[in-house]
Parts: sequence; structure tokens; C-alpha cells
Amino acid sequence: MCDHASSNDPYPGLDEYIDNLAYKKENLIGILHYAQELFGYLPDKLQWHIAQKLDIPSAKVYGVVSFYSFFTMKPRGKHVINVCMGTACFVRGAEKLQAELEKQLGIKTGQTTSDNLFSLDSLRCIGACGLAPVMMIDGKVYGRLHEPEEIRQILAEYRSEPKLATIGL
Amino acid sequence: MDIQLTINDIPLTVPEGMSILDAARTINIDIPTLCYLNLHEMNMNNHIASCRVCVVEVEGRRNLAPACSTPVFTGMIVKTDTLRAIRARRTMVELLLSDHPKSCLTCAKNLDCDLQALAADLGVRNISYEGEESEYAIDKSSLALIRDPNKCIRCRRCETMCNEVQTVGVFSAVGRGFETVVKTAFDLPQHETSCTFCGQCVAVCPTGALMELDQVDKVWKALHDPTRFVVVQTAPAVRVALGEGFGLEPGTIVTGKMVAALRRLGFDRVFDTDFAADVTIMEEAAELVHRLKHGGRLPILTSCCPAWVKFFEHQFPDLLDIPSTCKSPHQMLGVLTKSYYAQTYGIDPKQITVVSIMPCIAKKYEAARPELGQDPVTPDVDVVITTRELARMIREAGIHFTKLKDEEFDHPLGESTGAAVIFGTTGGVLEAALRTAYELLTGENLEKVEFEALRGMDGIKEAVISISGRDFRVAVTHGLGHARYILEKIQTGEAHYDAIEIMACPGGCIGGGGQPYHHGNIEILKARANAIYQEDRSKPLRKSHENPAVLALYKDFIGEPYGEKARALLHTSYTKRKKI
Repeated sequence: MCDHASSNDPYPGLDEYIDNLAYKKENLIGILHYAQELFGYLPDKLQWHIAQKLDIPSAKVYGVVSFYSFFTMKPRGKHVINVCMGTACFVRGAEKLQAELEKQLGIKTGQTTSDNLFSLDSLRCIGACGLAPVMMIDGKVYGRLHEPEEIRQILAEYRSEPKLATIGL
Repeated sequence: MDIQLTINDIPLTVPEGMSILDAARTINIDIPTLCYLNLHEMNMNNHIASCRVCVVEVEGRRNLAPACSTPVFTGMIVKTDTLRAIRARRTMVELLLSDHPKSCLTCAKNLDCDLQALAADLGVRNISYEGEESEYAIDKSSLALIRDPNKCIRCRRCETMCNEVQTVGVFSAVGRGFETVVKTAFDLPQHETSCTFCGQCVAVCPTGALMELDQVDKVWKALHDPTRFVVVQTAPAVRVALGEGFGLEPGTIVTGKMVAALRRLGFDRVFDTDFAADVTIMEEAAELVHRLKHGGRLPILTSCCPAWVKFFEHQFPDLLDIPSTCKSPHQMLGVLTKSYYAQTYGIDPKQITVVSIMPCIAKKYEAARPELGQDPVTPDVDVVITTRELARMIREAGIHFTKLKDEEFDHPLGESTGAAVIFGTTGGVLEAALRTAYELLTGENLEKVEFEALRGMDGIKEAVISISGRDFRVAVTHGLGHARYILEKIQTGEAHYDAIEIMACPGGCIGGGGQPYHHGNIEILKARANAIYQEDRSKPLRKSHENPAVLALYKDFIGEPYGEKARALLHTSYTKRKKI
């Protein structure tokens, strides 16, 4: 799906995707999903571009983007950490886990580290209640997280990967 | 198909599909509303049922039903006045007030606010709910309106008006839940959006969240500065609406009282924008003749309305060569005051302050456009205040408006014809132009000056007028959505016209964003339009080219209409703008 992500300018890829849609204005949410996957996030300039392409007011695009928590207007880190805040995780210390992650990453939930490596978020129940409290990094689940040292080691694995090349917008 | 139901034990028969709210109104029961606004003839129907103020009990239904958006059905038993319904409504208003500033006494909407009136009607005496209060920055970026999201109750009337009626789309609800607020794209300052400043959002906002930029203090300051020669002018639509600010019936003509009040306020000269409306006709007619002779592009579009001008600059930048280049009448009067009048009476133009009283808030923005002045320190018009602001000034000065004896405008920029006064309503500018064009092109006297086909509240009016054997195809639109419709047809080549009049506000200037609030009653606009035509009939002269003061202006100062001097003083140019 992201054939164009490797090229320097992702706009032609987005335009091609939109041009091939039979229904354009009706497909705003789908287009935003595609754009976010392509660009990583939905900055103002990109939303404006989509509005022009679909001939709809930018305010409408902005309204939709701001409504759905899936969409983000800020750049996301290479790795997205989600702390489960479901009932089981919550009673087994999800809040402590969240606080520890915030401390180690130096950011609040909803933010991204300055090196663009990690974004921290929360979600509701991923169905791994037996492992509570859990967090998910890019879809991989880590459970029974009580010890700060354990968390530090997990993050270190991701930190040792090669640096991320930022997408030029 | 008609159906039968009862409301408060009263049996009634209404058409299927009608809402409980409208059904109740047929038997004179008013269910309170707040977000709901249905302006049938403007194609505006805001019935999102978000405020829940109109809830009623329906037998057999567990929860309360919002009357605005619940259709009636056969055998329905509705109770609007049960204790449960009354309490629920009061609770809804209390909840709205719990997150609303309590600064009513100093709010510009004080005593004209739908939320305030509702709280009074429902007997809200205390607010039992305490909780989080929203805190948003007030947008004072524009030169026309102020947006205070703290006073927004999320009724979305502004959004419906801007998106569906005007098709400008500046506003959207942003965020969700408690954080929802109506904003511009990317939270841009209003001034950086495609906003036309038509002010129809202000006209339908039930609270003080959207207001005109108040410039009354600027006027007081000029009036009390002995070094300033302060000239005032009034638009045609002001004289048929100002009376409403003093409890007079909508459609009362108060021209003479308005002039008297302006003199009492201390203006040195009281001129009439209508004079410049007659000049506009001379210029537009000459411009049209020029295009016909030199193969210029048709249709010619009117350019009196600054919101319409900003609309086409953003939305149709490829059509910038078809609108007339005429400045709007109040700008023409401003520049003529600072040139012709100043020269004739030996006044330094730099000492003159021109104040325009307009039914419009876009005129505030227009007056500040840098190209509309002779140099950066001599704008054509210095300050614009709305009909509403003038009413406030008159009250502030303690003038008993309704008791004033009629007075006349000052000579010569106060002389006008019936053709000028009809500029204030949809169809009027084109009708005025046709009265003159007919006589100029045929050399014959036009007996019947009324062009009925161009009158009334239809969104798009068309006519074919035969002049000297040539058929002129003309159209009139009001409301920017209708303007968009017709311009798109011109772009695709589906429609061909010779001249089109466009006004941004539904009904034309009588329905302007600076007029006394109509609170959803469109009959008020019709009464104002009727008054405009009545004023036209009462004028001894009804064709612009017969205005002796206008003829003297051309003879003594301007020279030929659309000549070199006319183009320098009375015409302007347009700018391509981005669509946001």
C-alpha cells in the first residue's frame, strides 16, 4: 500500500490514489487513512491539499481529522507504544506502567519523543488480560510489566535499531 | 397525506412528516427552541437537535423527544407542558449556562441574546451544575467580526449558514465531546480564511459568540475631535430597518428621523449613499456600453457587495475580468466627499472623516482594503458602523428617536432617485440599471419603471428584456450558494447572460449581517423590502440619470462616465485569493 513512501515526495502517490477513486468526496475518511499511512501524520498542508483535490472546504477536512482519535496532526514516532487501560490492566497497575514510560521517555501520553523514535498512547483492552498490565509496541505485546528495569531493557532494544530517516514534507 | 394526533389534549390534523414543533405551532403552542433554525426561503434548516431545549413527552416513548426533529405520527399523544418536560428543558438550559460566561451585562449581545431570553422565559434562577468551563482565545483578527468561542453553544447555526446557504465553508465543528467547538480550518485566524465577512453567521448566532467588530468608539472620538470634519452617509437598507431598534414595526421608513438623529449626534454633513448609487448606475451603464462596443467579456456582474467580491476572489479567481470594476457606492461617496466636495467647499481632504452607516459587516473589511483610497493615509471611507451600532449610538446619546421631526439630507451628496434606494434589496441594482440602460440605448422615455420579474425572494430570478431590438438576458441572485450555482454554469458554458446582479446576503442588503436581528422571522425581511419599494414610489425622480446633482457632478468634476477621471476615482481592481 505504501509504494510511494520511499520516494521523496509522497504527494503524487496520494493524488494517484485519489484520482483512481470512483467516489472522492464521499471517501474522505478512506483518503485520510491512506494519507496518514503514507505521510505518518496529517499536517495542515496535507489536509489543505486533500481539500483542494476534493473541492471541499478545508474546515470540513480539519473537522473530520479532529473528530477521530485515530488521526493525528502531529508527527508520530517510528514506534508507537500503547498502554492498555482496560479494566484488568488498570487494576493491576496500568497507571504505574504509564507513569514509568512517561518518565523513561521524558514525554506525556499523546506525545512523541524529540528524536521521533517513540510515541506514547493508551488504548482500551487488547484481549491479553491474563498478562495484565500490558503494553503494545507496533503490535507486539509485552505483559506483566511491573519492574522499571524490564521496561528500560525493552525500550533499549528499539533504541539500538538504525536511526529513522525523516520524511521531507 | 394528513394525520391526526393530539398535543396537550387538543386534537389536530397536520400533514404527514411535519415535526412536533411545527404541528404545535399550528395550534398556537410555542415549544422553546435554541439550536433549531428554519429559514425556509433561504434554504437554511438547522435541526441537529443538539441543545435538547425543545424536548416534549410522547405517550409510549420512554425518553423525551426533541420536538424540532421528531415527526408526528397517527394517534400520537404529545404533552409539551408536563412537569417532566418543563424540568428537563430548564435543566438543559442550566447545563448550557454552566459552561457559558456569566458576563451578560457587558456582553455586546445583552438583551438581544436568544440564550438569555430562553433562560428568562424558562425561569432559570440558579445554576445547579458546576464543572469544567471551556477557555478559548477570542479571534479579533478580522476587520469585520469577532469570534468568541467561549460563548459558543455548539448549535452549529453558523456552520449550516456558511456551508449550506453561502457555500463558503469557513466553519466546522472541531474535536469531540466536551472539547467540541466551532472553528476555522486549522484554527486559522478568521482573516486568513476564505471568509467573505458577509456576516450571515453573526445574523443567526443565538449568543454573542459571533459579533460585528464594534467601531462606535472610533466614531465618538472623531465627532468630538474639533479638528475633524465628520461626514456620515447611510446605505438604502438602513432607513427601513433602523426603526426596529426603537420598537417600531419592521418596514417602518425612518429616513427623516435617521437624518435628524445623525445631525444631533454631531455629524458635520449628512450625506446619502443613494447619491453614489445613482453614480454607480451611470458608471456601470457606461462600462456595459464600453464592453458591448469593444467586444468585452459578458456577462457583466455587479460589484456593490464586498462579500460577493471577496467570494469570487477566493472561489472564482479565473473570472476576475467579468465583474464590473465599479467601487461599491459607499466607497464612491467616500472618495467623492474627499475630492469633489472637499474641492468645491475648500476643505482639506486629510481633515475629513467619512463614516458609513451600513446594513453590512463586510463593508468594515472593504473600507480597510488598501486599494480603496487615494493614498495610505486617505482611505475613501474611514469608519463603517452597522445599523445595530447606530441604534446603540442614538440610545447612548439619549435621543428620543421616535419623537424626532423629519429632516433632509445635505446637498449635493444627499440627492438621490428611487433607482438608488432599491439598491437595498435583491433585484434593485439590476432594476435601477435597466431603467437607465433602456433610456440611454433607445432614447425613449421608459413609462413603466417597475421590473416585477426581478423582485421577490426567489434565489435566482431571470428575465429577457428587449431593448432597441436586442434581447438582454439578465439574472438576479442573492445568497452566495445561488451565486456559485450560476457562476459554475457560466464557467462550463451552460448559461449565457448579459448582466447579473449578485448580493451575498439572502434578501440583499435588507437582510445584511449588520441589520437588527431577525431572530428567525423572515417576514421582517419582506417588510423591509416592501418599504424599500414604497420609498422608491415616493420619489419624484426614479431614474439615476435624471438626478440633477449627479449630472452636475459629471459636468463640473468627473467629465465622461467611465472616462479617465471616473476610472481613477470610482473604479477598482480585484485580487486572486487562495481557497482555504
